[in-house]
Amino acid sequence: MLVVLFLVAAPWWAGRAELRLLGEIYLYLSLACLWNLMAGYAGMVSVGQQAYVGFGGYMLFALTMFVGLPPIAAIGVSAVLAAALAVPIASLIFRLNGAYFAIGTWVIAEVFRLTFAQVNALGGGSGTSLPVSIVKSLASSRSGRESLSYFLAIGAMILVFVSIYFFLRSKRGLALTAIRDNETAASGLGVNIWRTKLEVYVVTAALTAAIGGLIFLQKLRISPDAAFSVNDWTAFVIFIVVIGGIGTLEGPIIGTILFFLLRETLADYGSAYLMILGLVAILVMIKAPRGVWGWIAQKYDIELLPMRYRVQLDK
Amino acid sequence: MDWLNAIVQGVLLGGLYALFASGLSLIFGVMRLVNIAHGDLIVLAAYLALSTTLILGVHPFTAILVVIPLMALIGYVLQRGVLNHTLGDDILPPLLVTFGLSVFLQNALLEGYTADPQKLNVGSLETASVSVGELSIGLLPLSTFVVAIVVIVFLQWIFYHTALGRQFRAVSDNADIAQLMGLSKGHIFGLALALSLVVCGIAGILLGARTSFDPAVGSGRLIFAFEAVIIGGLGNLWGTLIGGIVLGVAQTIGGKINPGWQLLAGHVVFLLILAIRPRGFFPRVEH
Amino acid sequence: MSKVLLQTDSLNAFYGDFQALYDVDMSVCEGETIAIIGANGAGKSTLLRSIAGLIKTEPESVRFDGTAIGNWRADKIAKQGIALIPEGRQLFPSLSVEENLKLGSTVGRTGHWQLDTVYQLFPVLKERRTQPSTSLSGGQQQMVAIGRALMSNPEVLLFDEISLGLAPVIINTIYEQLPNIISQGATAIIIEQDVGRAMAAASRVYCLIEGRVKLEGSTHELTREQITEAYFGVAA
Repeated sequence: MLVVLFLVAAPWWAGRAELRLLGEIYLYLSLACLWNLMAGYAGMVSVGQQAYVGFGGYMLFALTMFVGLPPIAAIGVSAVLAAALAVPIASLIFRLNGAYFAIGTWVIAEVFRLTFAQVNALGGGSGTSLPVSIVKSLASSRSGRESLSYFLAIGAMILVFVSIYFFLRSKRGLALTAIRDNETAASGLGVNIWRTKLEVYVVTAALTAAIGGLIFLQKLRISPDAAFSVNDWTAFVIFIVVIGGIGTLEGPIIGTILFFLLRETLADYGSAYLMILGLVAILVMIKAPRGVWGWIAQKYDIELLPMRYRVQLDK
Repeated sequence: MDWLNAIVQGVLLGGLYALFASGLSLIFGVMRLVNIAHGDLIVLAAYLALSTTLILGVHPFTAILVVIPLMALIGYVLQRGVLNHTLGDDILPPLLVTFGLSVFLQNALLEGYTADPQKLNVGSLETASVSVGELSIGLLPLSTFVVAIVVIVFLQWIFYHTALGRQFRAVSDNADIAQLMGLSKGHIFGLALALSLVVCGIAGILLGARTSFDPAVGSGRLIFAFEAVIIGGLGNLWGTLIGGIVLGVAQTIGGKINPGWQLLAGHVVFLLILAIRPRGFFPRVEH
Repeated sequence: MSKVLLQTDSLNAFYGDFQALYDVDMSVCEGETIAIIGANGAGKSTLLRSIAGLIKTEPESVRFDGTAIGNWRADKIAKQGIALIPEGRQLFPSLSVEENLKLGSTVGRTGHWQLDTVYQLFPVLKERRTQPSTSLSGGQQQMVAIGRALMSNPEVLLFDEISLGLAPVIINTIYEQLPNIISQGATAIIIEQDVGRAMAAASRVYCLIEGRVKLEGSTHELTREQITEAYFGVAA
């Protein structure tokens, strides 16, 4: 709690570069939590979440530029639009099983990328910048804008984290864990698997689009390749979750910290750094499939965020 | 005439896609493994061929003699050293490990060969063509198509008429019982990935001969391969060829209407087929 | 008595956390046929699966011809000459009858059994050799399963539930052939629910109850009462 308050107050103690980095960390952590919800809890491995990141980003630009919505409202609307779009998409790609589902999500992301590259009003293949007037509408001063986008990022992260936490502790969330652990048994218990998975997919899509909007509100410039980058919005996110510990709530936090530590120290090496990331992910998956957090939790038998109900006998 | 030409080009392009796809289909059939790094391995093969032609000064098609054994070796070692440790009831480990491998390969190629586009120079074959009526058919696309058919016939023969194919099918049916017959699951899986990468080797060389390539094009090849497999129906190699052709024709026709629509048209047709025939055109009949 | 070919020594077997066998001691001599009887869930199949390597155990708890094989992989054990005919036949559905049989010879041991001799033993299989194995009747499938195991020319044959789910007339046919099957120098362990048949076919029996050996002895010496008592675990 104290840590969170300390972080919320960052604009009063941190420099501009730190503020930017922290904002980026929060948004990555949010993406990681969302991907972890899908893959680690609902068993849907997507390699196409960049579809919704990019969609959210592009909708922010489109709704502010053409509809005249204020940016924050535009992000809210784009989340709703993403959810609406996710329903028919889910009904298509849910026909694909397991690993083929993963590649199906990738196809969807490619369709998004190629489609937005055709929209000339948004700059086609080379992209566009957010007009200065819209940027100024956020806050008149540059530091005001930076603080605002910082607050939005940390707010989004807290929203994502808290809603996932409570969702997983709810009846539906427990059903989800049941599905992950045993699909046949769960369906025998009367859990509507298809529906629960659909809900997770749609909610994840909406929140991912909102995060995408915030990401490009920070960047102020968008292009199809940046918006729908599989490396930036999926590969890194997967590494974060895998290294931290898939299927645990704590994993993405640890993973994000490790990822940014690695990035800040090795980023100068460019592709060599990415090779190392790839290798680390392979090693973790083979040697410690529950990641760093799973390893710690097993070794010391601790759980920071209790997920399991304990049976209580009280009269 | 232009349209007919686009269709013919699309069919021939489909042969290349079927080559991409049959290796993917094969390992899924034997061990239910979906290899996300499949496209990057195809690109790796193209680079291996490039290096061979540069170092030994041979024609890219001669380089195949080096590339194929090398790819087979990589496949066998990769399967036994890495992927066999990920196979089980949980689909996450193989998926994430091959995804990690994909990122690793892509960046290793970037380190080794830079991001500059490369091409395999196959000389006069690149421009040679035969005329059928008013149609002019490129010899290279035509031979790619023929190679695709030969590869599929070869894979079918291995699967249904050799001891190795019998072992592939047995392990795929029930790996435990196959072990009782003295089959080592790890070894058979190693051979399956080796064979898959041999096909990747052939596909990679033909890819490099047809178009320029760079380390980042692998994921696109994986997606085409995957679409061809799903359109054709899982577990049916001739279906995969049809899937490749459907995809190729969709792309050339889309590209003819608007160059920006080429890839998009392929994906849209794939999604349409997924909507109306989710099991593809020729799904394998379950016993 | 001839030398002991296969033996278990304090064999404990587990499915995850569940222990299915407790300190099982059992031995078979060269050329001998023994039967394992016991109620469902007594651990009979587990015993055979442990010997065949489908369940890993302590290295020393299974010895074959003097070698500790308890932790060997199933394919290595098969190559040593132990063949398991699994419960429920477990043919390969994508393979034809003949392909199933040929797969048995993958082990690479030569001897009396090859396609011809298996077809002599079960002529009906020759007629159906190109059919998918799943199109056969239960009894014919059992013949394929036996033939497939024989193709590896094993020294020890493990029959798991030899007659389960088969029509009596088929069971008769298979038992009539059993001497021919085993006569080629093989040693056999059979699991059979029908105590009468087990006693007739084997020279010794082991009765398992709840994962432990409750009774063992020669079929000539044991009385039906002793077996009934062991079988149903009647309290002393």
